[in-house]
This record gives sequence, C-alpha cells and structure tokens, in this order.
Amino acid sequence: MKKRKKVNYSKWGYICIAPFFITFFIFSFIPLLDTIRNSFFQHYFSGLKEIGPNFVGFANYAELFASNLGKYTLNTFILWIIGFIPQIVIALLLASWFTDNTMKIHGERAFKVIIYLPNLIMASAFAMLFFTLFSDSGPINSLLMKMGLTDEPIKFLATTVGTRSLIGLMNFLMWFGNTTIMLMAAIMGVNPELFEAAELDGCNHVQVFFKITLPMIRPILTYTLITSLIGGLQMFDVPQILTNGSGAPDNTSTTLIMLLNTHLKSQNYGMAGALSVYLFIVSGILCFFVYRMLNNQDPDGSKAAAKKAARAAGGRK
Amino acid sequence: MKKRMLALIMTTLLSASMLAGCASSQSGSATSQSTDQSTDTAAAAETATAETTGSAAEDVSADISDGGKVINIWSWNDEFEQRFNKYYPEVQDVSKDGTQTTLKDGTVVRWTINPNQNGVYQQKLDEALKNQGTADADDKIDLFLAETDYLVKYIDSDINVAVPLKALGIDPDTDMADQYQYTKDAATAKDGTIRATSWQACPGLFVYRRSIAKAVFGTDDPDQVQEKVKDWDTFENSAAELKDKGYKMLSSMGADTYRVFANNTSGKWVDDGSTVVRVDPNLMKWVAQSKEFTDKGYNNKVSGQWTDDWNKDQGADSKVFGWFFPAWGINFTIQPNTGDAGKGDWAVCQGPEAYNWGGSFLIACQGTDNASQDADIMKKLTMDKDILLAITNDTLDYTNTVSGMRALAEDDSYKSDFLGGENPYKYFAPAAESIKMDKITPYDQGCTECFQNAFGDYFNGQVSLDKAKENFETAIKQRYPELTSVEWPSD
Repeated sequence: MKKRKKVNYSKWGYICIAPFFITFFIFSFIPLLDTIRNSFFQHYFSGLKEIGPNFVGFANYAELFASNLGKYTLNTFILWIIGFIPQIVIALLLASWFTDNTMKIHGERAFKVIIYLPNLIMASAFAMLFFTLFSDSGPINSLLMKMGLTDEPIKFLATTVGTRSLIGLMNFLMWFGNTTIMLMAAIMGVNPELFEAAELDGCNHVQVFFKITLPMIRPILTYTLITSLIGGLQMFDVPQILTNGSGAPDNTSTTLIMLLNTHLKSQNYGMAGALSVYLFIVSGILCFFVYRMLNNQDPDGSKAAAKKAARAAGGRK
Repeated sequence: MKKRMLALIMTTLLSASMLAGCASSQSGSATSQSTDQSTDTAAAAETATAETTGSAAEDVSADISDGGKVINIWSWNDEFEQRFNKYYPEVQDVSKDGTQTTLKDGTVVRWTINPNQNGVYQQKLDEALKNQGTADADDKIDLFLAETDYLVKYIDSDINVAVPLKALGIDPDTDMADQYQYTKDAATAKDGTIRATSWQACPGLFVYRRSIAKAVFGTDDPDQVQEKVKDWDTFENSAAELKDKGYKMLSSMGADTYRVFANNTSGKWVDDGSTVVRVDPNLMKWVAQSKEFTDKGYNNKVSGQWTDDWNKDQGADSKVFGWFFPAWGINFTIQPNTGDAGKGDWAVCQGPEAYNWGGSFLIACQGTDNASQDADIMKKLTMDKDILLAITNDTLDYTNTVSGMRALAEDDSYKSDFLGGENPYKYFAPAAESIKMDKITPYDQGCTECFQNAFGDYFNGQVSLDKAKENFETAIKQRYPELTSVEWPSD
C-alpha cells in the first residue's frame, strides 16, 4: 500500500505551464479561428448600419488579390530591405570592433547604451519627430537653405525616394543597436583560441573577420535576418505616422498592415480577415525557415550520415 | 502540503482572473453586435418618455431621462468647449487641464476630444454609440458634435441615435425661428424631424492680407480687391501679378480652393440609394486649376490644410496673400496663427464664387440621462440671440441668428479691429442667406479626403492624371466597401 502512495510531481509542471496554454487558447487561438471564419463573410459597417454577415466563400480573397496587394507586399519588402542592409552592415562592423581585444575601445559600455537608445523611443514618436524635422519648412530644410545647398525647400515627403529613405533610415536607427548587441554576444561565444591561432599565423583584421568571425556566427546572423523579416512584415507605425496614414506618394509607402488598418477603419471584418490570413500564411512560411534553421545542429551533414549508418545497421539486426 | 496549497491557490487565482477578463471582453463584443438593439430599447422606452416630455413627443421615439450627474460631450476640437465654458450661463468652473467643467448645480461636464482627420473622431464615436446601451450612466454620451460633412450619418432616423429636438422639449417652429433656414434643412432627418442644431452659419469669403494688397494692387479696399478676384480668370491673372512681385496667391496645392469648387457642384457625391460615386465636372475643374497653379508657382505648395507649414503661412510675416474661409476660419484659425503682429492686416471680400464650408452641429444622443440640461445647453448656445451676439462680438464667429446678423451688417458703426476696421458682416450676411444645403451625403468626408489625397500626388508631379483617378477609386472603395464604382465626367 505504502508503495502506491508515491507522489507524482510531474503534474505540477503541467499545472504551472497551463496558464500559458489557457491564455494562448483564449486570446490567440480562438481569435485566430475567428479571423479565418470572418474572412469568408461579407461583413462591414456602412456608417452606423451593419451589413452582413453573409457567407461569400473566397470572394474576399479574390478581391484582395485583385487589388493592390502585390504592390503593398513589394512596398513592405522594399521598406524593410532599405532599413535592414545598413543595419546589418553597421551592426557587424560595430560588433567586431567592440569585441576585438586588440583595439581596446574605451567606454565600450557607454557606446552600447547609446546605440541602443533609439530603440527605447516609441516608434510613433520617432516618426513624428522625423515628420517635423523633414517637413517643407522644418529645421533640416532651413539648415540646407542657410548653407546654400538648395534655394527651394526640398519636399522630402512628396517623393517616393525621400519617403522610403526616411522610413529606412528610421528603422535602421531604431534597430541597429539591438542587432549589434546580439551579434556581440554571438562573437563573444566564439572560442577565443581560434582568434589567437589566427593572430599567431599572421592574419590581419579583415582576414579574421571574413574567415573566422563571419562563418562562426552564421546561425545567429540567419536568425537575425529572419526575425527582422517577420518584424518588417508587420511594419506599421513608422510609415503610418510619417505619411499621415496615406502611404503617400502614390501609395508607394503603404505597407500590408496599413492596408489592414484601412479595412478596419470601415470595420470591414471580411476583407481584414482575408488579409490577416494572408499575412498569417506568409509569416508561417518564414517561421518554418526559422524553425528549420534553429533545429539545424548538423551543418556539415556528418551527424545525419552517422544516424543513417546506425539505422541501416539496426535494420539489419 | 503548504507548498501544494500555495500552488493551487495561485493557479486558481490566475485562471480566475483570466476568466474574468474573458467574461468582460465577451460581454463587450456582445453589445457591439448591432445597432438594431439600441433602436429596440429606444422603442421600448418610447412609452416611458412620452409621459415625461408630454405632448411634445407625439410620434418620435426617444430614450432619454433626467438626473444624471455627468454630461459627456464628444467633439473633434475644443471650439465648442471654449464657447461653452465662456458663454453657458450655468458654468461654475473649469478644471485646470480643461477636460472637465463643473456647472452651478454640481453636474460635471466631461469633454472627450478626438481628431477629425482620417475619420478618427467618427470611428471612436461609432464605437461608443454602439456601446451606449450598456454603458454606465456616467459614461453615456449625452451630447456630441457633428460636422456638415457627416451630419447626415448621425441624424438618420432609421439609425435613431440622435434625439429629435421635439422630444427634448424644443419647439423648432418657435425656438429656432431665428436660425438660418439651411442649418435647419441640414439637420432635418428623413422622417421630417429636426435632430441637430448649430450655433453658426458658415458662408465663405476670401480673406486677404491688406499689406500685400497695397504692395501689389495699390489698394487694400475690399471692393477694389474684389475686382481682382471676382471670377476665376481674373483670380488667375491676379495670381500671376502676385507671383511677379514675389508673393503667393494661396498656400496649399489645392486644398484651399477645394471647398469653393466642391460646394458649387451640380449633384451629390453619391445619389440616394445608389452605390456609384459621381465625380462632378466642377471638381475636375478644381483639379485642372490646382495643377496649373502649382506648376506656375501661384501657391506655396503646402501639402494640405491644418499642417504645420500651412499654419506658418498664416503667420504675420508670410508671403501668402489669401485664404478661402468662412467666419470660423478667421477666429479659429487665422487669429491664433497670425498673432498680435498680424492684427489689423486682414480684410475680407466675396471672392470668385459663393460657397459654404463646415458648420458644427450639436446633437443629443439617445440614452442621455441629462435630457433637460441637454435641451437647455442647445437653447442657450444655439438659439439665444443675446448669447449668440456676444459670441460674435467677442470672436467674429458668424452665429446662427438671422435678425442679429442682419442688424450687424447694417450697423455702420461696427468695426472689426482684427480686419482693420472693416465690417465683415456686410459680406457674410447676404452670403449666409443664399446658402443651400441640399447636396450633403454621409460619404462627404471620405470622398473629400480621398479625393484630395489622390490628386495631391498629381499636383506634386508624382503620378499621371489617370493614375490619380485610379488611386481615388481604390481608396474610396476601401473606405466605403458598399460603393461599387466611380463615374468620371466626360471631358
């Protein structure tokens, strides 16, 4: 009898993680299913009058793909890439400088804090600041005119190049500090003996960077790329505030989430649902790559080969 | 054992708090399902309120009561709040942050202000109106404001969110006799009841700078300047003259003249019962003229109204000559932007075409628990001639009293210091009496915003005319899913 009274502690583990799953189920999973359901209905408000819900099958999807979806997807991608490229280059450069013992940079901690600071400002406040700085009669223009570089104020926000570059610049400023710190952690995780050996063999800094640092931190680099891509997919507040929600000029800075916002403004649940499902699928595909990459502990394929050999041996038994 | 109990309690608490959160969010969504519900309750309350308001409420349904401690007023700027705090006789004091006003009988007026642009105000208001049925008594909206651009949406008798004035004990025939007819027409719902009231009339004029007029045309006399802007051809020639001397006729690329053209169209944006947006030929004239003015440098290429650049152009040392504004534009926009330095440097004349722009209407909301106070506020601030005249005298706002304004127009001793001694009512009064307001639709604000946005890119040289048209079609269909197509005038 006494033996049977053995306490099973593992259930407390399940109970303790239960809150997350319950929360996820109620606040994420049910709304997710509801979104998918909504995407098959025509349902919106005209003024204060409710129209629908009427089941329309895939009509919302058809309408979505027939409209500007492709253009907005491309916009989102372009806006992300023009922020990401300088971000990763500068971050790599700074990370390798800060971790290089031979360079002996003073006040490294202070720099780390300073480069991270822009990320602490609310994105919308940051966009508002840029909107004011680069407006037609803003400080940047009066500075340029005082310096004699231009006679007429430059209308940054009236041109595609200007608006897109500003959005890219903002995303770069906000995120390069974060990436730098992540890459520094990655570089510091590399076995220092490798660097010492390279030094003894007479490698210069450039060689060390390209032959040792870069290959060793590749997994983290890929991770940064994919998370940033998913973040870029959800880009909203910076272009929304900077263009006052219009995606001007000619909708060249309208992102997918800004399109979602327009549909939500008319409380168009059907179209918003269809767009959300589209976004869900796209980020699902991206997440799949992250998952594959993070679980890839066998970069050269040797483990897989060993496993295969073992399985073959087992099968023979 | 103790640990186990603790763990149990904690998990129970966690899940309980989650369930609680879930419950309230569910009840929230349940109430926001349809507006039919609120009309049902309104209908149910009809019999109850018929007793309190007596014979006034014969065939109108109203869900109103008295005795609330808080009056909630919603608006998109603080214009009405300023008027209220200054001119409503029952005001005791105003809180330091300006979000609350206390009345003499202890009732608190709570102000909720959301910006108009991009439909934010309407979005929030719609959300609140849907929850009106279940909101706490102190959170129910009692009064809200609506602009002429979307007034139709809220006074719709089918939706029934606006209380008919008769149900509040206001008799439109006697109490509103002195108001301009068009303000009453605009506030009349499909079933013939008046459901809103306004304190202002908004005839538009051309407001210009005296100093620039003197420098370029050699005179700042309103009648002679009028000769320089009497029709659009002359207007354009004068713009060229101004440009030669280094000035700009207008500030924005198109927005400033938009209302003049949009108010002189031959038809509505969307005809009743139709789902087709009809772009009026007059609006295409606006597009052509704005493009020409922008290309020739007659305007200051500001991207839109209410922007920082636009406000700066109204400053005392700006080179921009004039603006199309109704009376509220002078007191609410130009005065604060130009400051004391620009005082006396302004004057008004009729301009190329008569038009009307804006107008704020006051609406009592179904479900209000301060009905008699709502009625009193409406009566005092929109129908009391003495108060209206006081507002006009202090602020230059053009108030909704025909006899009062006529008297001012004929009063030769009346001089506005801000307008350099001119009597603007001489021009405003006849314009106000000729305003017609028969082309308003619930879609006006969205059409106006989308149209100006789409063609702003065209004025900037970013897109072709056809591309701008296409962008307008996309934008308007996104804004109002029920609209199916756009019809352009054949050139």
